[in-house]
Amino acid sequence: MTRPSGLPQPEGPYPPTDEMLAEPVPRDVQEAQASRLRAAWETPKGWRYITAVNNTEVGKWYCLTALVFMLLAGVMALIIRLQLAVPENDLVSADRFNQLFTMHGSAMMFLFAVPMFEAVSILLLPGMLGARDMPFPRLSAFGYWCFLIGGVFVIGSIFFDAAPRAGWFMYPPLATKDEGPGSDIWLLGLSFIEVASIAAAVELIVGTLKCRPPGMRVNIMPLYAWYVLVVGGMILFAFPPLIAGDFLFELERSFDWPFFDPTRGGDPMLWQHLFWIFGHPEVYIIFLPSIAIAAMVIPTVARRPIFGYSWIVLSAVGTGFLSFGLWVHHMFTTGLPSISLGFFSAASEAVVIPTGIQIFAFLATLMAGRVKMTLPMLWISGALAIFTMGGLTGVMLALAPFDFQAHDTYFIVAHLHYTLFGGMVFPVIAGVYYFFPFIQKKLMSDRLGKWAFWLTFSGFNLCFLPMHLTGLWGMPRRVYTYPGGLGWDWLNLISTVGAFVMAAGFATFVWDLIRPKHRQAQIPRNPWDGGTLEWTHDVPEEAWGVRSIPHVTTRYPLWDQPDMLTRLDAGRYYLPDAQEGKRETLVTSVIDAEPVQVQRVTGPTWITLWAAAFTGGAFIFPTFSWYTPAIISGALAICCIIWWLWTATAQVPEADSKDAGLGLRLPTYAAGPASVGWWAIWITMLGDATAFASLVFGFFFYWTASPDFPPDGAAHAVPGLIALAALAFAVNWALTVGARQLNRAGRVTPARICLIAAPAVAAAGAAALVGAVIDLEPASHVYPAILWALAIWIAVHSGAGVIMQLYCLAGSLFGKLTPRYDADIWNVSLFWHFVTISALVACAVLGLMPEAL
Amino acid sequence: MLVGAVFLWLLVNGAFYYMSRVRPGAFDQRYARHILIGGGIVLPVVVLTVLLVWGLSMLPDPRRPGDGLVVRVTGEQWWWRVEYWPEGADAPVLTANEIRLPVGQRTEIHLTSDKVIHSFWIPALGGKMDMFPGRETMISLLPERPGTYRGQCAEFCGASHAWMAFAAVAMEPADFDRWLASEAADAVPPSTDAAARGARLFRSEGCGACHAVRGTENVGQVGPDLTHVGSRQTLGAGRLKVTIDDLSIWISHTDVLKPEVKMPTYDLEPDQLSDLAAYLEGLK
Repeated sequence: MTRPSGLPQPEGPYPPTDEMLAEPVPRDVQEAQASRLRAAWETPKGWRYITAVNNTEVGKWYCLTALVFMLLAGVMALIIRLQLAVPENDLVSADRFNQLFTMHGSAMMFLFAVPMFEAVSILLLPGMLGARDMPFPRLSAFGYWCFLIGGVFVIGSIFFDAAPRAGWFMYPPLATKDEGPGSDIWLLGLSFIEVASIAAAVELIVGTLKCRPPGMRVNIMPLYAWYVLVVGGMILFAFPPLIAGDFLFELERSFDWPFFDPTRGGDPMLWQHLFWIFGHPEVYIIFLPSIAIAAMVIPTVARRPIFGYSWIVLSAVGTGFLSFGLWVHHMFTTGLPSISLGFFSAASEAVVIPTGIQIFAFLATLMAGRVKMTLPMLWISGALAIFTMGGLTGVMLALAPFDFQAHDTYFIVAHLHYTLFGGMVFPVIAGVYYFFPFIQKKLMSDRLGKWAFWLTFSGFNLCFLPMHLTGLWGMPRRVYTYPGGLGWDWLNLISTVGAFVMAAGFATFVWDLIRPKHRQAQIPRNPWDGGTLEWTHDVPEEAWGVRSIPHVTTRYPLWDQPDMLTRLDAGRYYLPDAQEGKRETLVTSVIDAEPVQVQRVTGPTWITLWAAAFTGGAFIFPTFSWYTPAIISGALAICCIIWWLWTATAQVPEADSKDAGLGLRLPTYAAGPASVGWWAIWITMLGDATAFASLVFGFFFYWTASPDFPPDGAAHAVPGLIALAALAFAVNWALTVGARQLNRAGRVTPARICLIAAPAVAAAGAAALVGAVIDLEPASHVYPAILWALAIWIAVHSGAGVIMQLYCLAGSLFGKLTPRYDADIWNVSLFWHFVTISALVACAVLGLMPEAL
Repeated sequence: MLVGAVFLWLLVNGAFYYMSRVRPGAFDQRYARHILIGGGIVLPVVVLTVLLVWGLSMLPDPRRPGDGLVVRVTGEQWWWRVEYWPEGADAPVLTANEIRLPVGQRTEIHLTSDKVIHSFWIPALGGKMDMFPGRETMISLLPERPGTYRGQCAEFCGASHAWMAFAAVAMEPADFDRWLASEAADAVPPSTDAAARGARLFRSEGCGACHAVRGTENVGQVGPDLTHVGSRQTLGAGRLKVTIDDLSIWISHTDVLKPEVKMPTYDLEPDQLSDLAAYLEGLK
């Protein structure tokens, strides 16, 4: 049993009564509070502006960066279309064309679609939840800088004629055998960005679960927050298989370990499985947030609450689950058994049902409401028209026999662009028009918006509708040119014309977005008359988000709680003040959103920028095989991160609890499951465990798919050392948990002894594990290679765990970690729970499987 | 399927348009529930069940066993190595970049690849099937009408993926048997002086290091077998026609016609080029 830490519990009346809320706040108190709050949340000025970490700033940069990458990828698409306008064109060379389409797809997917969801969510989610900021603002900033550095590196390669050129799904052996750094840029650059994506997902999930305003139970939170939760969870389980795949892929590229080389027992199909286990959920990761935007726009337009709230939530969750069971429909032509094809055909059709429910719920909302047509709604209607078309071709493609024909042709190109434009681009643009007043107190132009819409919409259809036919008439995708006289000429010409009409539409939109709006009149605070909390924001004048964090009891508080806005502005609700001049937000319980803690959030800093730059170095240098600079850069990144954590997280507060407003006293420090940090570790490690599971899946995949795994007479890992490693990891775990328990019990010295012993034992375990495989030749066959990969994975994690243990030891010695304030060691022991399980599984696979095989 | 799709598209979008533009006023809540359950659940379940049963009933076709003849095709960058194994044969008939099939018979096509993944596809005859290095996949085709169809690689396989095509010729069984017999025979000797000079050039330029012409000392296996190249429909895996002019252009411009192709460009005198082309064109 863990002894309670002795930290105070929340004290005081909750929920607030009407009388409490009706009591006015004196004017001078209001002003004093507001000025303190303003000072605490002030955005840095001048060149220090880039040290900002507040969600509105980071969110804005994130959105704009993703938009710029999207425009660059769009220009690539225009070059592609020009090249294909006429047969046997020689505008660009085959090699350049292959780089262009690879980069177009990769950039749109990894530098636009997914980051755009995270960017928009970082920008808007705290507003919708009445939170001051995300729970880990510096993590958002770190993620953003990683995204920027990685994105510039990846997309920049095209200007040096060094871009990846094997298609955005990088099938080996083509991509593994490709000469030049292109494939490495793709693997390492995008892995770097994927790590940042996962970081953002973790933060968004924790933000949704723990930073809602008091009273906002899960069943009344805005639908957008539900979608964030679902999509965040999907990112957590979808990206790790790809990262595991990237890890194996890069080991093959750098050290010739034959994971995907069939001549040495490898199998290119493993990459296809790992890629599409990521790749299909990815489609829904892109699509669901856009539905979420529609779910915010539609009630406003229909001027009534969304119809079928719980249906929509269940469907979103259902879509999330089902999307993990469809990946094989990208592999229908690989010769898999008919039974698999039938199963995945049916599963692919089944996903139509939850998608249909969501769309029909929107229809029903419009039906039951009194619709007031607006520009955002126009874009949503366009999205629906395009998306349903993509959905219907999707229903056709899900039938394996149809797919045998259409697969890898322009029919697919048409289908995927219909789903992505309808399911992402149009709703996001609708969102830009709708949420623009959230960034500036201006509206975008109605006239330009209509022009942009009709140009984009007609251009899009002109470009992609003919492609269905081009594909059915036999034109494969990814060809840099084609012979004339096959009936494809005029179809391609129409598509090219359409692409340029669409580009004109985008240009109009972008101009409308960035044109100076100084002379335009300011608009009122809630221009669309929306019902959710983000419209309480008074941006950009005030960086604090909400003046005070409201008590929310309805789904559309601005419609249903008429006094809320004035009370909120008066600072009547929670956290109306920043007495200590620190940035704070409220942490509430997961289900019922009862206030549990006042969370200090971090402010402007350079350290995230440095950390991101060095992390970038650790990923980018290896693409040129510069391993020493990479290792130095990685070490510096670790130093930066340790400095950042040491100076800004889990700080011992000046007082245990503080007045949060309305008579409520809340603790200012939390450890273990009560703290947001613990949740973040838990969620991160779930993703990490998924990546590890993907590697183990790889082992069993080789075992089932290949008759010579392990090959006859293969050397195995040394059983004695494996047993030793397993023992060491178990002991290390006991020591770590023991240190946590002893520390909390006040027995600091024994706890420190445990924290000295544990890293030594963990290091011994990792060494034993590596020692068990060190005599195997990983380049000779996939069997020793996968054993090595598992051992490296565990060794690297152990290294991170050892650093964490030493961090706790230092914390204990320097007074950052005490029996009362022990969040760090809770997080570290949680990390070790996961790593210990992984290590024991790895030991079982390495040590016991040779017996079973 | 197309009609159904258009109908459903009109239904959903029409309803949307009606709700938002034609009659923006409020309807009864009751209708809203009907629309949610009817449109979101009942309609797709019914439509999809019918579609699945119908669609999956076609699933086994391309995997049915063949009637005897097996064609083994290996994807190379960027051409097709083709072997015919008639029933009971113990050595194959070797050729390249052209598939001939008897009509009315189901032929098994066994697929594999040299280095990277390709995909075998003759749109007019059936679906596609991927070709993997180190693994064999199978598709069986049953051509119903004689004719020449275009086939091509459908999986992106590198720089000249666009130019990896072939002709697929469906023939009456008797014609097919005759053709296969002549294809199995050695190459015909050069019949003109130009062709004879071309044959010597073929040797002296080292073409035989990569290409085989059966019945001569040229036995290379790196590139396509050229024993009967003159009788094929296309040159360079669907790139050009097999005429003296096209052959000359091909030999002197391989890298332009097919980026990154292994075959080097030959910088020959014009008359040498036409001799060589004449020899190859004569290899009927």
